[in-house]
Amino acid sequence: MTNTKSTAQFINIGERTNVTGSARFRKLIEADDYEAALSVARQQVESGAQIIDINMDEGMLDSEKAMVTFLNMIASEPDISRVPIMIDSSKWHVIEAGLKCVQGKSIVNSISLKEGEEQFREHAKKVMHYGAAAVVMAFDEVGQADTEDRKFEICERAYNILVDEIGFAPEDIIFDPNVFAVATGIEEHNNYGQDFINATRRIRENLPHCHVSGGISNLSFSFRGNNALREAMHSVFLYHAIKAGLDMGIVNAGQLTIYDDIPNDLRELVEDVILNRRDDASDRLLDAAERFKGQGAKAKKKDLSWRKEAVGPRLTHALVNGIGDFVEEDVEEARQSAKRTIEVIEGPLMDGMNVVGDLFGDGKMFLPQVVKSARVMKKAVAYLMPFIEAEKIEAGGEEGANSSAGKILMATVKGDVHDIGKNIVGVVLQCNNFEIVDLGVMVPGATILEEAKKHKVDIIGLSGLITPSLDEMVAVASEMERQEFDLPLMIGGATTSKIHTAVKVNPHYNRSQVVHVIDASRAVGVASKLMDESVRKDYMAEVGAEYQRMADNYVNKDKSRAPIRVARANRLVPAFKASPPVKPAFLGVKSFDDYDLGTLVKTIDWTPFFSTWEMRGRYPDILEDAHKGEAARALFEDAQKLLQELVDDKALTARGVIGIWPANAVGDDIEVYKDDSRQEVIATLHSLRQQMERKPESGKVNLALADFIAPKESGIADYIGGFAVTTGIGEEVLAQRYEKANDDYSKIMVKALADRLAESFAEHMHMRVRREFWGYAADETLGNAELISEAYEGIRPAPGYPAQPDHTEKQTLFDLLDAGNNAGIKLTESFAMWPGAAVSGLYFAHPETRYFGLGKIGKDQVEDYAKRKGWSMEKAEKWLSPVLAYTP
Amino acid sequence: MNRDERIKTLKQAAAERILFLDGAMGTMIQRHKPDEATYRGDRFKDWGQDVVGNNDLLTLTQPDIIAQIHVDYLEAGSDIIETNTFNSTSISQADYGMEEIVYELNVEAAKLCRAAAEEMTAKTPDKPRFVAGGLGPTNRTASISPDVNRPEFRNVSFDELVKAYTEQTKGLIEGGVDIIIIETIFDTLNAKAAGFAVLQVFDELGFELPIMVSGTIVDKSGRNLSGQTPEAFWYSMRHLKPFSIGLNCSFGAEDLRPAVVDMAGISDTLISVYPNAGLPNEMGEYDELPDITAGFIEDWAKNGLINIVGGCCGTSPAHIKAIVEAVRDYAPRKVPDMEHKLRLSGLEPFVAG
Repeated sequence: MTNTKSTAQFINIGERTNVTGSARFRKLIEADDYEAALSVARQQVESGAQIIDINMDEGMLDSEKAMVTFLNMIASEPDISRVPIMIDSSKWHVIEAGLKCVQGKSIVNSISLKEGEEQFREHAKKVMHYGAAAVVMAFDEVGQADTEDRKFEICERAYNILVDEIGFAPEDIIFDPNVFAVATGIEEHNNYGQDFINATRRIRENLPHCHVSGGISNLSFSFRGNNALREAMHSVFLYHAIKAGLDMGIVNAGQLTIYDDIPNDLRELVEDVILNRRDDASDRLLDAAERFKGQGAKAKKKDLSWRKEAVGPRLTHALVNGIGDFVEEDVEEARQSAKRTIEVIEGPLMDGMNVVGDLFGDGKMFLPQVVKSARVMKKAVAYLMPFIEAEKIEAGGEEGANSSAGKILMATVKGDVHDIGKNIVGVVLQCNNFEIVDLGVMVPGATILEEAKKHKVDIIGLSGLITPSLDEMVAVASEMERQEFDLPLMIGGATTSKIHTAVKVNPHYNRSQVVHVIDASRAVGVASKLMDESVRKDYMAEVGAEYQRMADNYVNKDKSRAPIRVARANRLVPAFKASPPVKPAFLGVKSFDDYDLGTLVKTIDWTPFFSTWEMRGRYPDILEDAHKGEAARALFEDAQKLLQELVDDKALTARGVIGIWPANAVGDDIEVYKDDSRQEVIATLHSLRQQMERKPESGKVNLALADFIAPKESGIADYIGGFAVTTGIGEEVLAQRYEKANDDYSKIMVKALADRLAESFAEHMHMRVRREFWGYAADETLGNAELISEAYEGIRPAPGYPAQPDHTEKQTLFDLLDAGNNAGIKLTESFAMWPGAAVSGLYFAHPETRYFGLGKIGKDQVEDYAKRKGWSMEKAEKWLSPVLAYTP
Repeated sequence: MNRDERIKTLKQAAAERILFLDGAMGTMIQRHKPDEATYRGDRFKDWGQDVVGNNDLLTLTQPDIIAQIHVDYLEAGSDIIETNTFNSTSISQADYGMEEIVYELNVEAAKLCRAAAEEMTAKTPDKPRFVAGGLGPTNRTASISPDVNRPEFRNVSFDELVKAYTEQTKGLIEGGVDIIIIETIFDTLNAKAAGFAVLQVFDELGFELPIMVSGTIVDKSGRNLSGQTPEAFWYSMRHLKPFSIGLNCSFGAEDLRPAVVDMAGISDTLISVYPNAGLPNEMGEYDELPDITAGFIEDWAKNGLINIVGGCCGTSPAHIKAIVEAVRDYAPRKVPDMEHKLRLSGLEPFVAG
């Protein structure tokens, strides 16, 4: 019997919860940070691992205790414990302790004949009694099997003992015939690849129902550091081994190159080695290795002349240029000559940061550079802190006056997950000697106020990106008023605005002043004025007066709107007859796990990336900009490097889901049907209509998204699509790691890149939908620039954005897609997506579709909309508050 | 008949017809409205703490009541009656400070049950009766922390459960049971510990008894308390090579149907189901009438879903009688063959290939 399997059936065992294989996981376990360790496990499951391997074999660890603690914690996490566990240890007592913690049927990794038959039998029987399957290593009393015959003979002997003697179920046996390194330069190793493949074939053919697994990365051990080559080797090896019957593997599948994508010359060289086809195969591959190394790190010659200066200028240089390599030795030197350690911070370090602040203020330094400076500063302070603490104790307690410029609490409000901007503002403020209490994201108002009292902060800063966060900020402001807070309140974030702050927030908080901060570069100016006793009062009065003026003018500016009846009559009527809807190539929902990040990197739109860092300008022109070019290039280079790491380490996982359903418009709503019989409505998508007054002669229409779908009464079968994609799985783990390492630069960078990848994923998926899954533009050929400028047919508007500003519509979309299960994306109570690096929207295909902004809408439409959604008027006005043309 | 013959007869009977379990023990005991003094009897009249509610203790203090309940069920048509040992482990008896008498509780409960079954077998030799020794879930969970702030904490360990179940299993076997039934499983890890103990005892004694495994579903999600789906649960227990797998307690028969269909489709062994008499009413009483319960179960039988049926909370001999009458003429479910596949589970099943 043959057991040829396709790669599709290959079982992928998550390998990252293994202290011997993952330095990151090891560090988390060593630091007792089980929460973060859990997120590593969760990330693997979310990215499609069907089984997770857990290994705690590390000399410095109490492996048994770590195994028990981690497994018990996993048991409380249904999103992790839904998959089976592989309990991996070379120590039997650790395996047995693990087996006592899992209710599911797991796999023991591993048992073998290494210590003889008696112990093998005993362990195997125990495994049966605990109800587990087992990996059986090709290892006997003599040693690990290396040749094909030895591998097979040991496995056969083990099989006979297990199946015939003790009644072990043959399907519960997974043989591991040992993958060894090839091309080591030692002649005996040359046939190791072929030995494994042949042994696998014999095992699967002769030992019924069992499985074969292997640790694939051992194979390419001699090419450490050359990932491009290693991946090609793994891919070729798996190609042959899977054909021979390998059906399971502890392998980083996302990192594999597709067999057919390996350049022919490389594939041949690798295949020669793995299949041992010629005597000089190893030498030829070694010779060629350098060529395939990819963009290896080119060592730049560094100018170190600044090291000759005195310690003060050296620290300034390090801070301005963001160089952390020498900062510890430099501050140590400064500390030696200081009376008290604190003077190092107050003296040379603050001097350096002042230079940074001035350069930034003058527009001579850019945000990414400032954030790098902050990283160096934090490193220096972290080094000095133990000395400062020790001196405090010596001095008998409190160190006297706090030298900070002020203490600012910062939080992203409840329901919102976006924090890049907030983090940047925090860093910039810290650079200017402000002390920051950062409460993170999704922070309830009550917590913000409690923490503000507890930390005795001087200013509260609120951040948010989606429109519902605006209401949350108003709520926090009102509560500050009620609780008699007397602190300035700073408001920032993408949807916030001076006008909103003036009209909606300011009237609710009179005890002190609310101030809108447009970007990070203004934050320091605002905060400094709010802290400076001499100007504070005047500044606040000035802001207050300005906001009052704006609010007064705003009230007078209520625009007149066309009645909704009139607007509807002036709808867009696309030529559905002349250009009929294309029947999609597939209907239903399709999910994508662990999508190749490398593909998404290629289609990144970089311009918004630079905006995130407050560097405005079009990519790629910005790289050559006379003024910003140098900083932009450095930022871009860092981004590329980190991006490469993210892709190589698979530190981020891309998941997505798309759906296409039969649909027809009914008034301003879109009915979505279960199937093409169009009998059963599975969801109704609501849209809103523009109510600008249009002059008949202008030829302009009042658009609603529903116009883009053929009306039900037309009898034309139309369709609508939807999607939700994320590249943010894993982002939090990384961000936390960087935060712990005081590396705000990388933390912000990871988030900014994840956001870009998510947008790229959305664009890429839209392309595949147009060309492939829906197929209405099957012969479209557009380059990256055209894609970015959206020169294609069809749109993908997102609920919560200009064409349909009601965020709650996202729930309907998510239910249709089952986006939680299919893509691992959840919605918060404000309908923000979590993870934050996520994009969702609807697909409209008709050639006459276009993006538009809704503008303000009248009360008549809001009443009608509330009725259609089954809402109270109050609820409708709450969710639509940003687009109301009237004051409720 | 000796034990081996009885087991052979049991397996034969199961191949030929649907078998009947008994119904609730607790409901029947409550009909006697026992008070503290009833529970204590003579032997424990000076016991240092309250024992009211310790139903298993009645085996020793009011054996006549228990024996009569067994007889009532046998007369109603039960093929298999269960020992009064739901809480007869050292872990559960710790509530009453009665860990010391656990072994005795099991031996005596088994003997009481055995005697009733033997007597009835003598009366109806064409319908031999069997005794199942019941292993309850205990009042603790090995895979769920009782403290939400310490998810890694457990108030009972696998080893402690194995120890308690080993003692119980040995007592039941000594008292003469034909079957071991691990029942009302809400935490699969507890049941795996019970299974581990039972297998170890079998190894030690050198013979095996049929094992019945019966889980319970806690809500309409169709999962048990520790979060497993019925299929995942089955893969977790399959290594015991049980005589039957199934469900008991949960809610009434009506709401249990989807889970029964699931399990019948995936299990290559007999299916047992013994539901409650509906859902409790606002007074906390079960009031589903025998004919109603029997009607639901008849539907399962008609559809070939079941091999062994009976009743749990709220059911009485009248329910069993109604079920027997409604179901006995239907053929038992045919046990399907399962492909040799690696079948693993977490909270959800995973089948390789």
